[in-house]
Amino acid sequence: MSDSDKPGWKSVPIGGLLLEPGSALKYKTGDWKSFRPIIDEEKCTNCLLCWIYCPDGAIVRKENLVAVDYEYCKGCGICANECPVKAITMEEERR
Amino acid sequence: MSKTIGLTGDEAIAYAAKQSNVDVVAAYPITPQTIIVEAFSEYVFNGEVETEFVCVESEHSAMSACIGSSLTGARVFTATASQGLALMHEMLYIASGLRCPIVMGVANRALSAPINIHGDHSDMMGSRDCGWIQIYAENAQEAYDWIIQAFKIAEDHNVLLPVTVSIDAYILSHSMEGVQVQGDEETSRFLSTRKPVFTLNPDKPVTVGAICLTDYYFEMKRQQVEALKESFGVIHKVNEEYKDFTNRNYSTIEAYGMEDAEAAIICLGSTAGTAKAVAKKLRSEGRKVGVVKPWVYRPFPTEEILGAIKDLRALAVLDRACSFGAPCGALCSDILAALFQKGKELRIFNGIYGLGGRDITPSDIESVFNEALEAAETGVVKEPVKFIGVRE
Repeated sequence: MSDSDKPGWKSVPIGGLLLEPGSALKYKTGDWKSFRPIIDEEKCTNCLLCWIYCPDGAIVRKENLVAVDYEYCKGCGICANECPVKAITMEEERR
Repeated sequence: MSKTIGLTGDEAIAYAAKQSNVDVVAAYPITPQTIIVEAFSEYVFNGEVETEFVCVESEHSAMSACIGSSLTGARVFTATASQGLALMHEMLYIASGLRCPIVMGVANRALSAPINIHGDHSDMMGSRDCGWIQIYAENAQEAYDWIIQAFKIAEDHNVLLPVTVSIDAYILSHSMEGVQVQGDEETSRFLSTRKPVFTLNPDKPVTVGAICLTDYYFEMKRQQVEALKESFGVIHKVNEEYKDFTNRNYSTIEAYGMEDAEAAIICLGSTAGTAKAVAKKLRSEGRKVGVVKPWVYRPFPTEEILGAIKDLRALAVLDRACSFGAPCGALCSDILAALFQKGKELRIFNGIYGLGGRDITPSDIESVFNEALEAAETGVVKEPVKFIGVRE
């Protein structure tokens, strides 16, 4: 949604108030990233260090492996830095 | 039952806050406002109020605690002056931005440096764009009356903005006057309890103070502009209700002798009392002078002021603060802008006076009236901005 399609001052709650709990989920911060973590599934040992270190909770646990939730990953690269087997590389984001 | 008792300006504000059934007071003492906080803490100690009194380590914390309390739905009061108001500065914007109907008494005092504890309007003028409703009282009676009305104005759902009620340091804060006060029970009935629109309540969660970037911030500010505009109607409505309650008459401005005045003074606070006394004397000598006193400075009562000065030929605007580097003082700028917007012309000059508590005497005021009358007659303003009472 572009800014001009968003509701105007007459219809939004006063004071920047958010009336709906958990609405931050609707705010997809994934488009902030300039680098995207790519997991090499061959190298990954599922040690979950990336899952522990991710400041945004954007590492998703699967049955035997992990994956990245790109809708919320901001591309900080902490996971790649912490990965003990160098299974994560940061690739430049292209739009 | 109303009665007349002796109160200083500070005590009158504390007394009004006591009768307003305030839930929370978070305040820090600072001269010349200290007596407000002292008197109120005595009410708390004596069990005369059911208020939670929060002792804080600074004015920044005082206003922060007031904001938090106000968001829970509490009725909140505080008081400050000068450096204390300056230290609150960032929280003043947060209080108005989060739409907290806090009421604050301010004993107007000069800002450092050099340090000075006496009265001028530098502190309030430094906060004039912070989104609060700003009221100036001329005497202790007005301070008492406006504090009670301020809660009703602030808490109205079409307003939800914080309000300051200002008194001049010492001249009002420490001078005792006979003040007519209402009975406790009638005042409680007049004000009722605060009915908050939303509260911080775990059963009905809301998020307060979330980040608001390029896509929504502007809309929030536009809402505040509207709330200030809406407050005019609410102020007038509350003034009417208060008149029914006390028989005392308030509005956004007071006009004295303006029905036939050719020259007038407009000024804020206690100086208006001196100006009215001098105008009374001059009018008894057949000279057509008047006084306009804005009670409400923010929102700026453009229509009422322009209405009061419409038949004037010259106007002297007295500012008790320097707007350094500006073409003139703040009140004068506002009046010039209001006139220009409406395509009106008027001979105007600005007198900067009384900084750091320097007295403005009846003879000073009389000279200002004389200059205004001269400008009315000749159509010429000799000095657009002058400094009254400063040594060369």
